[in-house]
This record gives sequence, structure tokens and C-alpha cells, in this order.
Amino acid sequence: MDSDLIVQILFAAVKTGTPLLFIALGEVICEKSGILNLGQEGMMLMGAVVGFLAAYGTGSAGLGVLAAMIMGCIMSLIFAVLVLHLGANQVATGLALTIFGTGLSAFIGSGVVGQTIQGFQPIAIPLLSDIPFIGRILFSHDILVYTSFAMTFILMFVVYKTRIGLTLTAVGENPHAANAIGIKVLRVRYLAVMFGGVMAGISGAYMSLVYTPMWVENMTAGRGWIALALVVFASWRIGRIMLGAYLFGVASIMHLVLQGLGWSISPNLLAMLPYVATVIVMVIISADKFKEKLLAPRSLGKTFDPRQMA
Amino acid sequence: MKKYNLVSRLELTNITKQYPGCLANDNVSLTLMPGEIHALLGENGAGKSTLVKTIYGVVAPDKGDIIWNGKEVSIKSPSVARDLGIGMVFQHFSLFETLTVSQNIELCLSKAQLNEIGDLGERITKLSEEYGLNVKPSRYVHSLSIGERQRVEIMRCLVQSVKLLILDEPTSVLTPQEVSGLFDVLRTLSNEGCSILFISHKLHEVTEICHKATILRGGKVVDTCIPQDETPASIAKMMVGDLAEQDAGYAKKEGTVSIFNIEDLSLPAKQPFGTALKNLSFELKSGEILGIAGVAGNGQDELMAIISGEDERTVNNSISLDGADISHLHAGERRKLGMAYVPEERLGRGAVPDMSLTENTLLTHSEGFIKNGLVDWPSIKDYTSKLIAKYKVKCHGEFSEAKSLSGGNLQKFIMGREIGQNPKVLICAHPTWGVDVGAALAIHQALLELRDKGAAILLISEDIDELFLLADRMAAVCDGYLSPVVKTENTNIDQIGQWMAGTFIGNASVSNKQETTA
Repeated sequence: MDSDLIVQILFAAVKTGTPLLFIALGEVICEKSGILNLGQEGMMLMGAVVGFLAAYGTGSAGLGVLAAMIMGCIMSLIFAVLVLHLGANQVATGLALTIFGTGLSAFIGSGVVGQTIQGFQPIAIPLLSDIPFIGRILFSHDILVYTSFAMTFILMFVVYKTRIGLTLTAVGENPHAANAIGIKVLRVRYLAVMFGGVMAGISGAYMSLVYTPMWVENMTAGRGWIALALVVFASWRIGRIMLGAYLFGVASIMHLVLQGLGWSISPNLLAMLPYVATVIVMVIISADKFKEKLLAPRSLGKTFDPRQMA
Repeated sequence: MKKYNLVSRLELTNITKQYPGCLANDNVSLTLMPGEIHALLGENGAGKSTLVKTIYGVVAPDKGDIIWNGKEVSIKSPSVARDLGIGMVFQHFSLFETLTVSQNIELCLSKAQLNEIGDLGERITKLSEEYGLNVKPSRYVHSLSIGERQRVEIMRCLVQSVKLLILDEPTSVLTPQEVSGLFDVLRTLSNEGCSILFISHKLHEVTEICHKATILRGGKVVDTCIPQDETPASIAKMMVGDLAEQDAGYAKKEGTVSIFNIEDLSLPAKQPFGTALKNLSFELKSGEILGIAGVAGNGQDELMAIISGEDERTVNNSISLDGADISHLHAGERRKLGMAYVPEERLGRGAVPDMSLTENTLLTHSEGFIKNGLVDWPSIKDYTSKLIAKYKVKCHGEFSEAKSLSGGNLQKFIMGREIGQNPKVLICAHPTWGVDVGAALAIHQALLELRDKGAAILLISEDIDELFLLADRMAAVCDGYLSPVVKTENTNIDQIGQWMAGTFIGNASVSNKQETTA
């Protein structure tokens, strides 16, 4: 392989990894607060369709992203009210949210299937994009990719260096203790879940406005699920999520590359690669129960009701 | 006790709290002076916890006033309580294990407090030296022992210049040496004018350090006293009302034949914060109670799990019953051979929280209550109501859900259920933990009766007094090692206390085989 091809592969890996990065960053914040939201796929699809409709209607991709963020937030609020306020089971509610989002997005998007829009254009960052290799791989993308870079570093700072991050970790670790020292557990969790929703919305918008600027039913193709695996793969650490997202990005485009190189394997088999990679990674991670327990937020998936404290 | 002024630190008047079906606090009044160490005593369900939770803002009272330093206040939440200068150390610690000591303390402080303090690590180190707490700010909490964690909780209150410190059964998890360290800290605080509200079931501790005591029964204040003028027995009398015989000094017995053996058992830890078991050997004889002392988290849970078969790993020939190796058998098969267990965790291990007492009885008593594959509900219900009556379990009836019972009452039920199987070997963890004086007595007598019938009983407990009271032979665990096993009359609290702290480890000859000949 010549260096040009490698640059192209890595460029595409960043592009393919970006929606995973957005949604996984949202989910990791949500999980760090102790809430497991399996509704990622549904929120992402709703973000994708609403983002596309808004951009199609107004002609502005920026408004499309905004609409997708709001939609993602609304979806996550439904989840938050059911799970946090009414104490519903997180797994069941999350699955329901995915099924709901999948159906509803197909329904409201049926009129615009096959339409195309003008998505975001790449912006080469002056100077940085001139760096050999790196410049073309990292700094010749669109605004959303740069946003995802910034988001990763902002979250690393907030989670590991600030009081907000400490509070978030404390709530996920032991909500009863957090409540006892006066942290408003439900408020922290509401905010974390909503942040997850907003990020899922952006991730969906990236799919329908940038990655393939069009709407097709079920176009996220399980990325919401991969993101959930990615969070475990990264053992709830933000820096590793970025790394993992791009690794999955490489896995996702491998079938195109291998076909380009003239391998005669069924493209359908090769398209399975990211999903196979997910399963393998999950098996490897879960094999070490010891480590998994040490890293996962202690209260993950458990209902906490402050009214039952006394 | 120094008197600083005549204004009381805290005054409660007529605090009343009604829960569905239970009047937890009934016109409780209490006065606490600056620097006073005040004991709050009572049996389980007497309303002590509700009362302190009211003071700390976790529970809102239905009626009554709280006067703090002469001013009436309304304490709506723990953060209001902390702003007033009220700190609380919970029985189940409220620390975050994956965070450091310093981060744990930081979480409790407001921005303004943090600015005032400046360098938190430095402040912690300084306070730590001042009070002899020995707490390092950079350590992760999961790497700390229970005693150290408690000191972190106390530190958390000290950093906020606490004026009233509430301690809920602070000594139940400590070694005797750690207890005396804690008392030194409390005395220093008291001399500086900090008031302390101290909940305990251990009466000799109360007479040792408390200036005053308030005794609750059934949600009401029944008596107050100056503990120094009383004896543990006279205080117990006030708590129980009718006379319960304390400290009868039960007769010790010698076991007959060796029935249950642990041979050279080593096992790596299964949980991230667990303890590995290291070369454990001991024998248990019919007709004796073998007590194992130790501070929580030194391998008791792991030992319990491997003996009961809950931990399914097999170490061949390590566990034998009646001379036959049972280490490969699972929990159910071991039960069928005549073993019974009372685990430490009552809800979830000892009983299924959402199931009724009757159903919980059926769980370990399936033999005899199942005919032709069908459950014989009338007889199991009948049996359960007899259990409830015999052990005076307070509940709404045999169909009460296990989780609706108070800890002590559920413990009585589980003890009764397991003893009722007439086991050959009973393995029993913390049989009277959190159980009031009257119920503890009933449980003790049931255990002794079972022993006298010829059963072998392994008693794992953190309550060293209880072990001395009941056990015929004793040992201690520390960091997964087992100390030598000795006859109770040949040892004393100091020796066991030192063993709990691990002084026997490193004596290359920690072998219990020598002891059996002694």
C-alpha cells in the first residue's frame, strides 16, 4: 500500500468514527452518572431524521444540527422521566426508546427518502492542514469533526479536573452516599441523560447531513449499539473512547478498502467487520471480570429513589 | 466535661414522626450541651435512627421543634445540617471507593469553604496529626481498612469545623485497639467544645465515655441517666424494661468428635476489593461453638462463601464433613448433608426481600413441605407462624414480605429458620448484629441449645464480647490468615485483639494442628 492510500484510509476512519465518537461521549457521561440508556440507537435515528428535515426545509445545515440536538434532548427527557422520576427499569425503557425511535423516524421521514441536501463542506484549517500526513488525516474535515475533537478534550477536562466531574463520578459510584452529603442525585442524572440525548442528536445529524447527506430508514445501522460497546471497550475513559471510535472507523471502511485492493470476498461478509469487532472486543473485555468491576460505575443500571431513603 | 455557657447546643422538643403502621418518635425531647458526649440508647426499632436522621435533615418530623444554639431552626436537608455545623458518621459508610480521601472530603465542602481552607491536602494532614487520625489525603478509599474509612468520615466532619458530631454505632466495625483510638479522638473533640451524639448497643462503651444517656423505647424517652453512675446491667434494664438477664456466663463445653474440617484452604480473591484466603486449617467438633473473630473484610465473607458452597470454586479435599470430602458439592447438596447457614447479609442472601416469610421458610426447608411435587402451603404456613411466635419476630404475619421487617427481626427469623432444621453443622455470621438485647438473648439461647443437642457451630462475628460469651474455642482472621485456635478460657480480649490486628502472621508456625494436641 502506498502512503496516499493509508492517508485516505485514516481520513475516512476519522470521518466514519466521528458519529460513534459523539454518541459514545454522550453515553459515557450518562453511564458515569449510573444510568444505562439503551435508547441510543432510537435517539440517534430521531436526531438524523429531524436534522435532515430541518436542513431540507430551511436549507441550513446548521439549523439541522440544532434541531437534531433538540430532538435528541426531547427523546432523552422521555427516558429520564420514566427512569428517574417514575423509577422504571432502565434496560426495558432504553430498549423501548430504541424501538420507538426507529419506528417514528421511519414514519416522519417517509416523505423525504431519497432527497438530497447540501451538507457541511470540509474546511481545511490553515497551517495545520499543511502538516504532512496528519494535516490531511485530521485537519481537512468539516466543522462537526472539529467539534468532536474539541468536545473530547473539554469533557476530559471537565470529568477529570473539575468539581462537576467529581460530583458526576460520585453519583455514579454511590448515589446513596452522594444524597447523604447533599448532592442532588436526580438532578445530576437528569442532566447527564440529557447531555447523552443531545450528543446522540448531533451524532444522528452527522449521519444524515455529512456522512451521507440524505435520509434513509434505519440509516444509523446499529451505530447506537456499537457506541454502547465502545464505552465498555474504553472502560469508561474518555480518551480511550476517541481511540476506540477511530478503530471502529477503520473496521467499518475495511470492506471498501479490501474490495478496492481486489480481494474477492463477499462485500456482505466484509461489511460485518465492525460488528464482529464489537463482539470480539466485548468478549475480551468481559473475560476480565475483575477489571470490569473496578472500572464500571458502581451503581450502573440500578434505580435510585431518594424518597425511599428514610 | 467543660461547661462553656448556659446555652444548649441542641434542644429537641416533642419530636414526633409517624410512619405508616409505626410511631417512630413519640414526643421525644432531648438537650445537648456544648462538649457533651451523649449516648442514645434503645433496642432495635426504638426510634434512635429516626431521631438522628431528623437532626441531620434526612427525615422531616411531623411535629416538634429543633433549637440550635438558642435559635429555632428548620433542618430541611443534610446540607442545611452541615452548614449549621452538624456532622454525621453513618453506620454504613457514605464514602466513594474509587475516589481519593481528599476528593471524598472535597465533595462535602462548598466553594466558599474550599476557598477558605486553601490547600485541602495540607489541612487534612494537619488535622490528621492534631487528632491522631492518621489519614493520608492521596490514598484511594478502596485501599483503606474499615477503621481508616471511619476516620475519613470523621475527618470529613472536622474539616467543616463541626459543632455536633453524630455517630451511628461507630464501634461495631472496629478492633478493640481501634475503639480506644476512636475514644481518644472523641474525648479531644469534646474538650474543644464539640458535642457528640453516640448511638451504641455496647453498654460498657457507653459507661466508659458518655456524660449523659437518653434511653428510648417504642419511640418514647423512657429514661435519662449519667452512665458513669450506672452499670451496663442497670442500663440494659432501662432499655429492655422487663428484666433480661445479661451476661449469664454460659457454661463452656468441650466438643466430642471432629465432624467438619477445613484443610489447608487457599483461595485467591474473586472480587476486586476481596481478600484471598491463605492456608486456612481448622476442625470443628460436634457439640461445640468455634468462634472466629476479626475486623470486617479480613476474609470472613470469602470463608463463608466457600464453606456454604456459594463460591463454586473447588479446592479438592479442603472441606470435609464426617470425613468425606465435600469441596466439590454445591450449596444445595451441602445443605442436604445437614449443613445450615446464616449469612451476614440478611436481605438478598439470608432471605429474598420481595418474598413472604412463608416463602422464605420454604427456600431452605423444602424437604417435608413438598408432597408429590406439590407445595404443602397450609403446613408451611403453620410452621412459619410457629417460628414467628417462638422467636418473637415482630411482623404483620407469616405473609409479610421479608424486606418489611427490621434488621433485627429478620435476623431472628433467619436464625430460627436455620436452627429449626436441626443441622449437624451450623455456620453463622454475625448472629446478633444490630439485634437488640432481648432478641440477642433469645438467639444466644437457641444457639446454645443447638450445641447441647450435639451440633457443631461455627460463629463468625465482629462482636468480640459475644464470642467470649458463646464460643468454646476461638480464633481470629486477619488478611485471610487464621490465627491459632485456642480454648476460650485460655485466652483474653487482648490476645484476640492483637490477633485481629494480625500479630500472629509471620510466625511461620501458624498451624492449628499443634493446637489440637494442646
